[in-house]
Amino acid sequence: MTDVTPDKIVSPVKEDTPVALQRRKLIAQGAIWAFIVVELIFFSVAGEYLSVSDKAFMDFENMLLLLKQSAPIGIIALGMTIIMINGNIDLSVGATYALAAIVLLDSMTWPWMQALGDSAIPLAWGLALLTGMALGAINGLLVWKTGVDAFIVTLGSMLGFRGLVFMYNGEQPTSHLNWTLVDFAEARFLGLHTATWFLLGVALLLWLLMTRTVHGRNAYAIGNNREAAVNAGIRVGPHMMINFMIIGFLAALSAVVFYSESGSVNPNDGMLFELWAITAVVLGGTKLTGGYGSVVATLGGVIAIQLLRKGLGHIGADTQTVNLVIGLILIAVLFLDRQLNRKGKQELRT
Amino acid sequence: MADMTRERIGGLLARQGILIAFVAFMIVFALANPRFIAVDNILGVVRSTAILGVIALGVTFVVIGGNLDLSVGSMMSFSTIVVLDLHDKIGPALAIPAMFALTLGLGAFIGFLVGYLKLNSLIVTLGMLSAIHGLTLTWSGGKNMDIADKEGTWFSVFGQGSVLGLPVPILIFALLAVVLSLLLSRTPFGRKVYAVGGNGTAAVFSGIPRARVVFLTYLVSSGCVAVAGLLQASRSLGSQNTVGQGLELEVLAAVILGGASLLGGSGTVFKTVIGVLILGFIQNGLLLMGLAFYVQYVVTWVIIVLAVWLDVAAKRGRLLSPIA
Repeated sequence: MTDVTPDKIVSPVKEDTPVALQRRKLIAQGAIWAFIVVELIFFSVAGEYLSVSDKAFMDFENMLLLLKQSAPIGIIALGMTIIMINGNIDLSVGATYALAAIVLLDSMTWPWMQALGDSAIPLAWGLALLTGMALGAINGLLVWKTGVDAFIVTLGSMLGFRGLVFMYNGEQPTSHLNWTLVDFAEARFLGLHTATWFLLGVALLLWLLMTRTVHGRNAYAIGNNREAAVNAGIRVGPHMMINFMIIGFLAALSAVVFYSESGSVNPNDGMLFELWAITAVVLGGTKLTGGYGSVVATLGGVIAIQLLRKGLGHIGADTQTVNLVIGLILIAVLFLDRQLNRKGKQELRT
Repeated sequence: MADMTRERIGGLLARQGILIAFVAFMIVFALANPRFIAVDNILGVVRSTAILGVIALGVTFVVIGGNLDLSVGSMMSFSTIVVLDLHDKIGPALAIPAMFALTLGLGAFIGFLVGYLKLNSLIVTLGMLSAIHGLTLTWSGGKNMDIADKEGTWFSVFGQGSVLGLPVPILIFALLAVVLSLLLSRTPFGRKVYAVGGNGTAAVFSGIPRARVVFLTYLVSSGCVAVAGLLQASRSLGSQNTVGQGLELEVLAAVILGGASLLGGSGTVFKTVIGVLILGFIQNGLLLMGLAFYVQYVVTWVIIVLAVWLDVAAKRGRLLSPIA
């Protein structure tokens, strides 16, 4: 009753030896970076012949911009990784993102907040991040206490949170431009944009969380085999709840980083973010069935997708080709992954 | 004694909960606004949910078979755009079968990947959501599609016509629901769908061709999507590239509301129809009460979580999950 995919194997799967597992992990983690290198080479070479602009694709500024542009989805995708390692899924992140953005921008227009001047900014940030965490906590609590599958719970809250977004300000966009915030968002430290720093910072923290803490180890254990985790005395519920609060927080953080600069949010913003985030996570090799995956590889997945978008644009392909290519690559990755894993396992469907 | 009663009420709620909720909603809305149960209002609601409903019928097969289909919204955009484009190029009589063939082709491709290659259906259909969207944009060149001569075509009959006072979309929805319901409950194929979704390994051991059955559920699903695309195209005679965007999750909501388990093996066409109607009537009832359209999102959220929660709770015999 607990697995995310209906296709979960019924027969017991033979476990890998630690060495084989380690080797597979290396291959899986290396694959996404190798893919990025291939993309870079391909677009650089193809760009020589096909590009409409005479700027090189591997331009340093271009690459820095690419990192900045991958931040909004990237921060969410990093959070989605730990949710999926935990054996759950979160379809409500796009709506959480929009609601946090509205809280961020609207709270700065409240009279008592305006009276505070620029010191209202950290307060507005805090409110937005708290909103995200609260929404995540609702999801986590529902998954924990009701025992309803996370896919269904978050499918429901995807609709519900979106409803809250609309209730806040109707169909009107919510706007507030604060120049101190814009300056902060456009600032660069050591060449990297603010958004990039947040992306890398989140990746580092989550990597530490998942590889160096008890919570991370337990999250893997729960995703791998929930029954066994329960029997081993791991308190499954709180761990899942913490992970949902983390992804809520990160969806809000992503909104904070993006809307500090843009200053205007439409009630439809963030739609389909969940699907893009899941795509990046899967490209990074994380399993939908839980128990397996890596935060760093997801960062690779995020960069690979953004590189593909930018690269196809660079060689003059239309936006529609990007969708087509990303969709087919996703399926191809799934197929290759299965072929690679087949040897060690009797029957695997993810 | 008290426990017995509570258990019995719990069981009843679990088995017929969705019908009880449906009736309760109808009564509340009817008391709030008598116009709600006027015949033309009811027909209007059913008509406007017909497109979502037709797709939900097909997705029911996929879900009972133990898989997911997230590509239906994107696929409906595709079939709508294709049939509108071909309408002016080769005429409606040829455009419709051509669109059906192409849409079924997409369904067959997904069915091949999920059925025969045994790839995870969530990711495959997620990838196809994106890929088909790209295909649609390539076909249309990113522009909106419109029929040149909107007055002089019989093509509009599917979406706008009516027979004996009943709108054609309702008739098509009803007819399809009856046919698919019979297919699922009265034929060997239907029983195999339940078997494969209920326990795939056991089904294989009892000689059921699991791959072919899964493949066929996706064919049914894409066939329904093609019908929905036809209804959509014929109703508006023009369309954006993103007409079906987000529909996949609404459809899933309706199917789950109807009581089909995402783990496969349970659910019926009739219950899905109820799920679709509930979503439609809630939307309509809230609008008639003077509430904005987005209030329904929040109400739908509460209903979905409650419905599935009660279902799960009744099966395990206690309200809260035993997870520590």
